[in-house]
Amino acid sequence: MFEASALNRKNETRQKLFRFGLGTMTGILILPVVLIMGTLIYKGAPVISFEFLFASPTNGMTAGGIFPALLGTVLLVIVALLASVPLGVAAAIYLSEYAPDNWFTRAINLAIINLAGVPSIVHALFGVGAFVIFFKFGTSILAASLTLAIMTLPVVIVATRESLQAVPMAFREACWNMGATRWQTIRRVVLPNAITGILTGVILEVSRTAGETAPIMFTGAAFFLPLLPQTVFDQTMALSLHLFVVSTQVPGMPEQLPFGVALVLISMVLLMNSLSIALRMYLRGKKKW
Amino acid sequence: MFEQATTPIQELAISTEKLNLWYGTFQALFDIDLSIRQGIITSMIGPSGCGKSTFLRSVNRINERLGYVRISGTIDVMGENIYDPAVELVQVRKQIGMVFQRPNPLPISIRDNVLFGHRIHNAGTRTTKIEDDEIVENALRTVLLWDKVKDRLDQKATALSLEEQQKLCIARLLPVKPGILLMDEPCSALDPKGTEAVEELIWELRGQYTILIVTHNMAQARRASEECIFMLMGKVVEHTETGQMFVTPKHKETADYIEGRYG
Ligand SMILES: Nc1ncnc2c1ncn2[C@@H]1O[C@H](COP(=O)(O)OP(=O)(O)OP(=O)(O)O)[C@@H](O)[C@H]1O
Ligand SMILES: [Mg+2]
Repeated sequence: MFEASALNRKNETRQKLFRFGLGTMTGILILPVVLIMGTLIYKGAPVISFEFLFASPTNGMTAGGIFPALLGTVLLVIVALLASVPLGVAAAIYLSEYAPDNWFTRAINLAIINLAGVPSIVHALFGVGAFVIFFKFGTSILAASLTLAIMTLPVVIVATRESLQAVPMAFREACWNMGATRWQTIRRVVLPNAITGILTGVILEVSRTAGETAPIMFTGAAFFLPLLPQTVFDQTMALSLHLFVVSTQVPGMPEQLPFGVALVLISMVLLMNSLSIALRMYLRGKKKW
Repeated sequence: MFEQATTPIQELAISTEKLNLWYGTFQALFDIDLSIRQGIITSMIGPSGCGKSTFLRSVNRINERLGYVRISGTIDVMGENIYDPAVELVQVRKQIGMVFQRPNPLPISIRDNVLFGHRIHNAGTRTTKIEDDEIVENALRTVLLWDKVKDRLDQKATALSLEEQQKLCIARLLPVKPGILLMDEPCSALDPKGTEAVEELIWELRGQYTILIVTHNMAQARRASEECIFMLMGKVVEHTETGQMFVTPKHKETADYIEGRYG
């Protein structure tokens, strides 16, 4: 009565086939990640040392460390975030909590999504035109960071808006019905519940920003600059550009050095991503509704 | 449509005149003339989609949030036209508390939920912890919840049972001292025991507040209200004393509905 029919068996074979096929695809997907990480660690780890991280490059960058580049990347990211986060979060709050639902708002939303798809080299050229030349910041940390900020803005806005909209409407209605103004509602209920999402969005953004090369290449990052920057109007080295330079531009480069630089850059990114995931898990565990 | 001309105006909590409401081009309310007396419980019944919620939501002006809602006619609350341009929305909302179908406590502690409205309306003036405690205790006692939650006031309100959540949602309205409580099917998410408890509570609040309660539960309307309004397709069909409506309804539609011949 319960033994498999011919059809059952056929379906079962088919389902096994698909499981195998889909599993293989997933394996192929993971392979490059494993290979990249493996190679980087295998070839890059030996060059990592305290000196490598905290000294300036010497001998035409073929020896010494990468500190100016490491610091430069950190500075670029921080200044970029200082500009893009307040602006992006404010815009997202307006769009999600205040803006009336009409064609104009929808057009703006569409524009923001499209802005996220603009290639980074286009942002770079915009940055040169706007910040380096028009605002006369010159090629500087400021110009480079603002270019990065413009580039990350849409992602910050979208991530923030999504976290805001994940807060149930019922909470807002409850507040409004008690006579809370929109701002009181946002400040006391919506933001505290959306902050996890906003934070994770921002941190993921950081890791993306840290790896960008094109937008900073013409606006503020220097090939070689052993001195540390003093103000935001100075140029700086950056890890991403440094990696490009040591990999392709300098003859007689020790083979392992670029791998070391790449390893540092990737570790930074992974660290940020894990931080974001950990934060999300921690805060999600705490909230219940 | 119903006889009430003798009630003096100051005893009316809510009165509407020729109230029409449109969602875009769809008309949801037609010429509503209602006079709801102060201090009593009025229930509102009618088939799904007849405009009960819409009526409630226009009384506290929460419908305006939807850009496409249009209204004609007047709504007076405590004798004042609430659609007058000089009226401050915050004051209207303060006077009129609303309880929803699904309990919607805020995802903060029980204590903060009760104090939420109070804090909003007294922003800037610091109250002492003792005053706060007193407010919390009074409100929770009024809704018969104090004994159950007094030891866990700092727990999240969202962890309470639905019945307790709904009571809390009523409790958090009280510190703001509203005159009117609008309840939109407050028991429909609760089990029979919870329903009974909340009904009992509503009955307790009688006299101190004007209560307008929407319900799909005929027995509840009959048990728990003094006057009853029957609506059908956006119009008020009948508004009389509850006992009378259930025993000798004046209109055939009312009789049909009460006997369960509509959905
Ligand atoms: N936001 C809205 N936009 C457009 N139409 C709406 C909206 N809300 C309600 N309506 C329509 O208005 C009419 C009345 O709806 P309402 O929610 O007031 O009915 P109700 O009597 O509360 O029904 P129920 O008993 O199901 O809660 C319905 O036909 C409904 O489809
Ligand atoms: Mg309804």
